[in-house]
Amino acid sequence: MSSVLLALYLIVFPGFLFLLGFAWFAEWWDRKLTARFQNRVGPPLVQPFADFVKLLAKEDIVTEGVSARLQGALPLVAFAAVATAFLYVPVVGGSPFGAPGDLILVLYLLTLPTVLLFVLGWTSRNVFARIGAVRAASQLFVYEVPFFLGCLGPALAAGTWSLGDVVAAQSGGLWTVLLQPLGFGVAIVALQAKLERTPFDIPEAETELVAGPLTEITGRKLAMWNLGRDIALVTGAGLLAALFLGGPTIPGVSVDGLAGAALGFAVFLGKVLFLLAILAAIRAGVGRIRIDQLVTWGWGVLTPLAIAQIALALVLKGVGWP
Amino acid sequence: MPEVEFPIGPQHPALKEPVSFRVLVDGERIVRLDLDISYNHRGVEKGAEGREFTKALYLIERICGICSHAHAMNFAKGIEALMGVEAPPRAQYIRTLVGELERLHSHLLWLGVLAHEIGYNTMFMYTWRDRETVMDLLEEISGNRVNYGMNRLGGVRRDISDALRARATEGLRGLAARALFYNQVIREEQTLLVRTRGVGRLPKDRAIALGAVGPTARGSGVDFDVRRDDPYAAYGEIPLRVMTSEAADVFGRVEVRVREIEESVQIAIHLLETLPPGEIAAKAPRTAPSGEYVSRYEAPRGELVHYIRTNGTDKADRVSVRTPTLANWLSVVEAIQGRVIADIPVVVAAIDPCLSCTSRTTFVEAGTGDRSAMEWDDLVAYGIRYYRDREGSP
Repeated sequence: MSSVLLALYLIVFPGFLFLLGFAWFAEWWDRKLTARFQNRVGPPLVQPFADFVKLLAKEDIVTEGVSARLQGALPLVAFAAVATAFLYVPVVGGSPFGAPGDLILVLYLLTLPTVLLFVLGWTSRNVFARIGAVRAASQLFVYEVPFFLGCLGPALAAGTWSLGDVVAAQSGGLWTVLLQPLGFGVAIVALQAKLERTPFDIPEAETELVAGPLTEITGRKLAMWNLGRDIALVTGAGLLAALFLGGPTIPGVSVDGLAGAALGFAVFLGKVLFLLAILAAIRAGVGRIRIDQLVTWGWGVLTPLAIAQIALALVLKGVGWP
Repeated sequence: MPEVEFPIGPQHPALKEPVSFRVLVDGERIVRLDLDISYNHRGVEKGAEGREFTKALYLIERICGICSHAHAMNFAKGIEALMGVEAPPRAQYIRTLVGELERLHSHLLWLGVLAHEIGYNTMFMYTWRDRETVMDLLEEISGNRVNYGMNRLGGVRRDISDALRARATEGLRGLAARALFYNQVIREEQTLLVRTRGVGRLPKDRAIALGAVGPTARGSGVDFDVRRDDPYAAYGEIPLRVMTSEAADVFGRVEVRVREIEESVQIAIHLLETLPPGEIAAKAPRTAPSGEYVSRYEAPRGELVHYIRTNGTDKADRVSVRTPTLANWLSVVEAIQGRVIADIPVVVAAIDPCLSCTSRTTFVEAGTGDRSAMEWDDLVAYGIRYYRDREGSP
């Protein structure tokens, strides 16, 4: 790909500009679906963008005794990390930045916001933020292992650490979800925990901790943080779509040129919106559990399930099926 | 982490009214909980003593926004007893009906609030939508959604037409189906179960010792309900099952309230079907002879007590209100001991606290922190001294 096209990919589509719009659209889709599940009307399409603009216009308050630079930088770094991760997610075909091992890079970039959330909460000089930060860190240790194991399954089956190759392996055969339904379930639940959504919104539990680590954050810092969270939502859903649902491909169908790219994008969009619908259904369907219950359940149920799936995948690979 | 003070309130997203919990926590675990409930003292008792009975009734109804009818009806019941007036049967039935509808809307509201406290917002949205059915019925019956103004001394203000009876029965039948649905949800929804089972333990003997009332006590297996054990209005004549639960935790309180929703729907339908004909009010005199009366009422949150003393004039000599929330606070402090932060909103919400109705003044010695109540004469003397110091003697 030429450098001009690469720059276009980076900045316009499916890079920065598209990502901004898509992230807001995903937030709207999530909120609208949740609202419909809850028997409400839900927000209009432009609401997430309006919220962003509103927050940008607010006064920029820095907590006394906290470094303004640090507090301002953390949301930006989190935003940058997840936006970078999205570049490696196959949107219309394999990403031109794709490299052997980009799956691991994406996983680590997606972990970064939680670590930054901990720093943000811990340095906020607020008891709610601190307890929220400790909860965020405790929760990280619970869901990260099953999430990594869940994502390891498809990579094992395809025999590669490259996202593009995992997608290519599925476009020629079967979607991984059909072979590893358990791993898919674990990854979905762990992603929900990673994104800190009900029943895993423990660090931000409104009725206990006000806004958790974000209690002292407002104005454009909060706007950036929320945008980063929306991008993490689409990146996480896009990652699972690539790993388990064949990303922008349909098995056995291959169209060349612009039409192929358009088809690939449509397929990607459909799969991501489907995954977001599952995440929204989980969010609407349950209440929040306690951190001690999460730790017990995460290590007692979720991680063993993920390990069982890995073992199954290894056995299947050993006998050479499919 | 070292022990830190974790302030819940007076302003906090979990609270709908001002109250302050100063919680000492070690990490997530609660070491100690201090309670300060007096942020909204409104002087209603004193205000009621300075007004004629009819105006006092108007004021008393405004003690609480949710159980407004409970306060008004209880006060009217007490004054009527002192006056020796009895409301006609039709009025008693209408009063009882509004009381049961109020219980319905209060319990549905509470169920939503509890679900919201554990982040289960879908349940919150569902119950509050169903609550609208009750609110609409109350508005049709009384003309108001919050302070119904149905009571007058000697009866009620508005009659229920036959057309309205039919509409109300229809709406209530729809609610009966919803109540069954909620009964199923609270038994099957796992996140709700893990957040309520075994949380906020309150054994039966402790519930009695701490003076818990209403669904809080019945959730611990205390089989007591003023409606059955000291019947008033129409309760002596209609079928009534008292719901209890042996769970003795937050789940028990949820179970009792959800089953009370079912029962209240049935009672309300029964009242509408057997509404006796006749007058809706008897003529009440302006004054009441000297006497005192302890008026009891089963409000949605538990036993509500009004102590009323009259002195032969058209004003009460003393009105004292004991709201059910005041009786239930001690059980919260006990039930929360040794739990974690995440349980605070659930255990507190489980008694369905109504805070502004509960505010009483306490005098705190600045410096030492000693607390005391003040005798009436001392308070009068203090008030005179305070204003004299501030404004100079006349």
